[in-house]
Amino acid sequence: MSTMAIDKAGPSRKVKYGSMSRDRAWALRWSYFFLVLFAIFFLTPPVYMLITSLKSSAEISAATNPWWVFHPTLSNYVELLTSNQFLRFFWNSSIISIVVVIVTMLISIPAAFALARMKFWGSATLATGVFLTYLIPDSLLFIPLFKMLGVIQDLTGITLLNRWYVLVFIYPTLTVPFCTWIMIGYFASIPKELDEAAIIDGASWLQTLLRIFIPVALPGLIAATIFAFTVSWAQFLYPLVFTTSVDQLVLPVGITTTLIKGDVFNWGQIMTGALLGAAPPLIIYAFLMDYYIAGLTAGATKG
Amino acid sequence: MADVVVEQGRIARATGARKGSSLRNTLGRKSTVAFLLTLPLILLIALLVLYPAFFSLYLATLNKAMTKFVGLGNFTFLFKRETFWMVVKQSCIFAITAVIFKALIGFIVAHFVHNIPGKKQRKWRGMLLVPWVIPPAMSTLAWLWLFDPSYSAFNYTLSYFGVGPIPWLGETFWARFSVILVNVWYGAPFFLIMYLAALKSVPDQLYEAAAIDGANWWQKIWYVTLPMMRNIIAITTLFSLIVTFANFDIVRILTSGGPLDTTHLFATWAFQVGIQSSDIPLGACVSLFMVPILAVAAIFILRDVSKRGNEA
Repeated sequence: MSTMAIDKAGPSRKVKYGSMSRDRAWALRWSYFFLVLFAIFFLTPPVYMLITSLKSSAEISAATNPWWVFHPTLSNYVELLTSNQFLRFFWNSSIISIVVVIVTMLISIPAAFALARMKFWGSATLATGVFLTYLIPDSLLFIPLFKMLGVIQDLTGITLLNRWYVLVFIYPTLTVPFCTWIMIGYFASIPKELDEAAIIDGASWLQTLLRIFIPVALPGLIAATIFAFTVSWAQFLYPLVFTTSVDQLVLPVGITTTLIKGDVFNWGQIMTGALLGAAPPLIIYAFLMDYYIAGLTAGATKG
Repeated sequence: MADVVVEQGRIARATGARKGSSLRNTLGRKSTVAFLLTLPLILLIALLVLYPAFFSLYLATLNKAMTKFVGLGNFTFLFKRETFWMVVKQSCIFAITAVIFKALIGFIVAHFVHNIPGKKQRKWRGMLLVPWVIPPAMSTLAWLWLFDPSYSAFNYTLSYFGVGPIPWLGETFWARFSVILVNVWYGAPFFLIMYLAALKSVPDQLYEAAAIDGANWWQKIWYVTLPMMRNIIAITTLFSLIVTFANFDIVRILTSGGPLDTTHLFATWAFQVGIQSSDIPLGACVSLFMVPILAVAAIFILRDVSKRGNEA
């Protein structure tokens, strides 16, 4: 009797499992279907950039299918990469982003270390303040900063407006708060025993920071570095306001202002320039995706 | 846990007893060191964020030539202008619609990605995050080209379905639609990543328990997923609201505020008034109108962050 009952229960349970896995398989199929649709939506602009960048001006203005390249050519790339002006934009962007990353790290690592480990008067308020600063957008500050730079320029005689190096001072306001904030999170997650052991062994604060905190929190450091780089590379508003001469422009502003000559849009070159400008963040992302995503989610989940 | 605390206390007491004076010295030095370490940060925030913010308040009370104090004159002038109210309206439409769609798309796609097993999931996630990685100024150029009045690739495709050429950036409705579309395209991946991280943190047992209780997929989302993700949904939405409200790049490149100023946001209008027409006080005044909504969102975020801090 009992064996029969078990025998009966066996197949029926099997069917149940079967239907569940069939449900899963269908869910998976639908997921793929919709993901493909969304992937098309998300990837159309970059793919279209690539398609257009491989076309000659004649093909772009011809009434052919815009989604296909009939006569692929690299002339747009050759033209841009041999143009001193474009290389100048690229150079300006690179040097600014690299210096900003270094400045950001020099400011935010010590600050995050102090805020995470050394409780002092006002440290909690300061940490909150840092987070609040991160929420202040660039579009709120560009006008007063523009006026401030003008006033300082008049007072000291140092040319600040229309010089790329001034961006090196301004960009850290966008990168430092976030980097400090996520570094506080990473530093705070390091077990106290680790640095207590170092201090008992006679390490100074500087040694604890350099030998313990930085190596242990290296993933956070990489995430913060990537963030600082991509933010300064992509920044558009400040350079648009503060720089105007062609030799002082950074890539995003340079492409949008100089490649559009009068009413003639040289779309092949604009798309090539945009693609080349998007390349450094994309390459970093391709190789360091996990750190990139860690940095992205750390802002809201850590702290 | 208690053991560790006791042990720590004992160690501290022991070392304190052994070399009390040097410990006090270290403590004295410690706050000085801490202050010096945070000094660059404090200076940066004070000089390049706080000072400009208050300077902006001062600028907003000057006349155009910045020679005379006019009090709230700029504000009353703005209130009388029709364009200003249009900018207020469009900023709200833009930010609210875009954030809702970003959140919805992010939520839906996050579920689809979550369904994909293992290694493939990584690839899909990597692919779907691309819009967020490309600098917005660059990707907006691609959209501008896709929307081009005479060579629009969208219109070319739509003509096959018999849908007439759409004036993507030429008419108010479509221009507003386009700037929101581009913003949703750019911002949805951010929501996707945040929600995906949140989905992964929901324990499987909860879904199993719900399944045993006979919950359907909708009930699972409503009673398990959403409550578990509430915090992250709130913080992501508020954060995105701030960023979207203060958006500049997309509207500036796509329409420059046109047609007839109907797509202007606070940021782009402040740029046009303050920098291009060089009426700095009025521009500062316009951008100051972003402060109330930013402040409200910031207060809510801060409440959430400090709550999280207490839990940890």
